[in-house]
Amino acid sequence: MAAFTYTVDGSRALLEAQGPWTIDHAADIDSALRALSPDLSRLKHVDIAVGSAERIDTTGAWLLVRTRAAFQSAGLDATIKDASADRQTLIEAVAARAPAPLPAPPVPRPIADALAETGAQARQTGRDVVEVVGFLGEVAAGLWRIALDPRRLRLISIVTHIERAGLQALPIVMLISFLIGAIIAQQGAFQLRRFGAEVFVVNLVGILVLREVGLLLAAIIFAGRSGSAYTAEIGAMKMREEIDALRVIGLNPIEILVIPRLIALVISLPLVTVASNFAALLGGLVACWLYLGIDPPVYIDNLRQAVTVAHLQVGLIKAPFMAMIIGIIACVEGLKVQGSTDSLGRHTTASVVKAIFMVIVLDGIFAIVFASLNI
Amino acid sequence: MSQQSEPIIRVRGLTVAFGERTVLEGLDLDVRRGEVLGVVGASGTGKSVTLRAIVGLVPVQAGSIEVLGVDMRRSSDAERAAVEERWGILFQQGALFSSLTVKQNVQVPLREHLDLDEELLDQVARLKIAMVGLKPDAGDKFPSELSGGMIKRAALARALALDPDIVFLDEPTSGLDPISAGEFDQLIRNLQHTLGLTVFMVTHDLDSLASICDRIAVIGDKKVLVAGSLNDMLTYDHSWVRAYFCGPRARGIAAAVG
Repeated sequence: MAAFTYTVDGSRALLEAQGPWTIDHAADIDSALRALSPDLSRLKHVDIAVGSAERIDTTGAWLLVRTRAAFQSAGLDATIKDASADRQTLIEAVAARAPAPLPAPPVPRPIADALAETGAQARQTGRDVVEVVGFLGEVAAGLWRIALDPRRLRLISIVTHIERAGLQALPIVMLISFLIGAIIAQQGAFQLRRFGAEVFVVNLVGILVLREVGLLLAAIIFAGRSGSAYTAEIGAMKMREEIDALRVIGLNPIEILVIPRLIALVISLPLVTVASNFAALLGGLVACWLYLGIDPPVYIDNLRQAVTVAHLQVGLIKAPFMAMIIGIIACVEGLKVQGSTDSLGRHTTASVVKAIFMVIVLDGIFAIVFASLNI
Repeated sequence: MSQQSEPIIRVRGLTVAFGERTVLEGLDLDVRRGEVLGVVGASGTGKSVTLRAIVGLVPVQAGSIEVLGVDMRRSSDAERAAVEERWGILFQQGALFSSLTVKQNVQVPLREHLDLDEELLDQVARLKIAMVGLKPDAGDKFPSELSGGMIKRAALARALALDPDIVFLDEPTSGLDPISAGEFDQLIRNLQHTLGLTVFMVTHDLDSLASICDRIAVIGDKKVLVAGSLNDMLTYDHSWVRAYFCGPRARGIAAAVG
């Protein structure tokens, strides 16, 4: 059934609403009203009769008010009539709050917008750098206060975070390192066999694992596991005003939340790296044994000759720096979270991506420095 | 408003327990079409649990809940869904989706249940936002940019999006200053008159009870202690009811009854 009848009698038109004018019929009523093309040149008066409508809700009332306004803006004398007292109240309430037409959307300017976006990103990157440096300063100031008054150090918190970030990460780090160690040995064996240099697989695995791979795997897993957790924890606290609560109680959020996490990461990452190294070397041992027939005692003997303590030190010296950068990025991103869940998700993602990127960059810088120092 | 009108919500023998702890036991409650029912009770007596049980957010151990003639515990999913389209809920903290703007929040139920074109969706959402007394520019703001009172209004706009028959309000004026609370009460009253709503309101606010509720139900001892007009409350003999309605904070009530 049509939602209305439209009849014209000379200069007078009658639009009679019928059936339910409610939100669940709004789509049909709306399209029927849009299809209406009155002959505006002949009309002077339009009556919108609502007496025979079955029900009218706010959306129905809005459609009536909108239709009346459309006729009126065409210069006609339009009225809504036959409304009972209740309907009259509703229609008046809706008419008083009719939304204004939307302003025209801005004209898209593809090139200018792309340039503006690039500029905004560049400025944001600049601000990020300033923020991280500023944050580093705050951490240093906090550490200085702790050094002057060691009772401010939150030992229990540090131990908890070492357990969560370090101990609980051990199984997954060791499993991944074992597999990667085995894969390096296997692929190395296939390549070096062509030169009859299979025995050097042990050197390859030993040096690569101790200098780079053991640490990188541990650091990347830390960034994904602990970095995201720290951003989410601190971000959720920020959303629920817990950080503000800490401040007003007179506690410094940097001392309470950030420093224990940073210290925990700086302690855990080197330790986990050692375990990661062992697992990767063990993976190499298994692969050499299976693919090259190098017996474990021979593998260990060759390893002794191939690597020195210096290789281990080169790997381990980088670990605290990487832990620091992971922790700082995670905490900075956490503190940047705004009120919405959307923002929490965005900053957690940003935390992990930036941390992994910075870990790789830092590793590259170390590689250049060590190369120029002939280490 | 009339005493004879049929109940739009009928709760019989409602029992809700969380583990060992029974919160409600054999609760009976009627809400009549077109009335504003205020539900009061001491903290932790199960006012909000009653509301959440009626709308199906907490598991119910026993009893029947009939809304608009549909038995909510035994009917099919389709029947329940049809009823759910006809009620709106204002949660205590607003529960606006924080990643959407106010306008998008209002449009969520519209998009889910109806197939309207973008222009009409936009108009309906902005109309609702205007009807709850928010400025037009509030529509494009995110919930985190709103004050407490604006969040309540925005959440009410979302609750009213589908032009419901019943609106559940969980402590609508808590956390608002007395003037905003008074304005919000008046807003609810006006909307209830204009739209013919039935309002189920959990509240602590004595002024709301005095100014806009047609009937009051007091929950205590795991059931409805008494339901009736404000005058019935004043004469009812129960220590908590007496302390609540005749206590030092009930001056507004005394003034309202005269």
